[in-house]
Amino acid sequence: MRLIKHALKTWLLWELVKGLALTMRYFFKKSITVEYPEERTPLSPRFRGLHALRRYDSGEERCIACKLCEVICPALAIVIESEEREDGSRRTTRYDIDMTKCIYCGLCQEACPVDAIVETQHFEYASETREALYYTKEMLLEVGEQYEAQITANIKADAPYR
Amino acid sequence: MEWLDMAITAGIWALEILAIAVPVALTVAYTTYVERRVIGIMQIRKGCNRVGPFGLLQPLADGLKLFLKETIIPTNANKLLFVAAPVLALVPALVAFAVVPFGETRLFGIWDKEHVMAISHLNVGLLYILAISSLSIYGVLMAGWASNSKYALIGAVRATCQMISYEIAMGFALVCVLMLAGSMDLAVIVNAQAGGFWHWYIIPLFPMFLVYFISGCAESNRTPFDLVEGDAELVAGHIVEYSGMWFATFSLAEYGAMILISLLTSILFLGGWHAPIPALDFIPGTIWLLLKAAFFIFVFIWFRATFPRYRYDQMMRLGWKVFLPWTLAWIAVLGICTYAGELYEGLQFLSDAIGFYQPWRS
Repeated sequence: MRLIKHALKTWLLWELVKGLALTMRYFFKKSITVEYPEERTPLSPRFRGLHALRRYDSGEERCIACKLCEVICPALAIVIESEEREDGSRRTTRYDIDMTKCIYCGLCQEACPVDAIVETQHFEYASETREALYYTKEMLLEVGEQYEAQITANIKADAPYR
Repeated sequence: MEWLDMAITAGIWALEILAIAVPVALTVAYTTYVERRVIGIMQIRKGCNRVGPFGLLQPLADGLKLFLKETIIPTNANKLLFVAAPVLALVPALVAFAVVPFGETRLFGIWDKEHVMAISHLNVGLLYILAISSLSIYGVLMAGWASNSKYALIGAVRATCQMISYEIAMGFALVCVLMLAGSMDLAVIVNAQAGGFWHWYIIPLFPMFLVYFISGCAESNRTPFDLVEGDAELVAGHIVEYSGMWFATFSLAEYGAMILISLLTSILFLGGWHAPIPALDFIPGTIWLLLKAAFFIFVFIWFRATFPRYRYDQMMRLGWKVFLPWTLAWIAVLGICTYAGELYEGLQFLSDAIGFYQPWRS
């Protein structure tokens, strides 16, 4: 009996018909494509995109040049130089991130004791030159200013899980 | 004024050829578009939809890109053969369309007799197509040899081997059609199937229909028989060294062969330009033929979206150990059925049953 069934299935190309039926079923399913420039997928508050340096509400920059991020950076993408400012506080004179080296692991923002360096949800900063990807302190502060509202909201959204 | 007559005849021929060749080229272009869209939809993607409305200008963009690309001829290639190969692959694929009958017409009543719409109404059309379609393998073989690349050579050898294996089964499947129609004329074969779908040869010859279509997949190197260009082991087989225009020529030949197989399957097994029910005869025959062919092109694409590639020994087994005995057995069965009545009175019903499909016996 099993033999007959097997022979029948072979000669009627049963498995092939089953395969074709499957693809035909999928033919009528809705496509799951997100057409990127016009449509976007939702981003997690933990999304790790372009870096930003933040300021306090008073306008004072947060970074205290402790260099924990520079130390922890596995790709050696961060370079920091620091100096004493006129008012005696310790501040960076140079804070560069080489985006061509960065692997977006997020360890710098984990290491930062004052939440100064963070990664934003901004990821569309591709450029045609390498130079445009070497981010300096001024550029990072500017990114921070631009995305401050978003950054605060994301940190707040993630806080209960930390 | 003999030269004038000749010129007019030549002009009409040129027009006839253009009337077939241009739609074929367009169909090839849009088959690639349909293929990408259909496979995309089957994989719950969208497929190309960026160039023009619904991506309809994609084939033009692709063609333009390929024609503007530089033609690279490898240093150690045999230059003459390297350039000749794509042409030799394309020519048989296009020349075969010369005898394909696209319908019958009286040209809006100008002619008082039905004329077959084909460039050349050959009374051995089927033989011609068999001969021409096996020629296309020379292009592939030459491409493989001239490229001076191991991948190309192995691909070409595989293609040849595959062609030989499946040509036989295909030929025998067609012998069954000939035994029913009693003619090699494609128009006669189609007219033998006139009068509704119960006259179509797919009914008495269903296994042969499968064999023919699957062999057709193998002959035009489509999935699941595309191990000629199996990317995993051969990169792209015989077309590995080709780029730009010559590459386009090869894919034109491949898709041309696919369209030809679809047309022939409709002509030989699905009644060609005849409507499935006589009541639907008011729709022109050509449209029926093209609809049937379009369905088979869809099936080709459907196969590609569904089936993984055959292993080489499996393909050889299918060709030689399954299809060949199968077709031979069916020829014998058909022959015995045809003359069963003359051999033994009690078997007359077999002869009558098969005689329903054999207009040459009555």
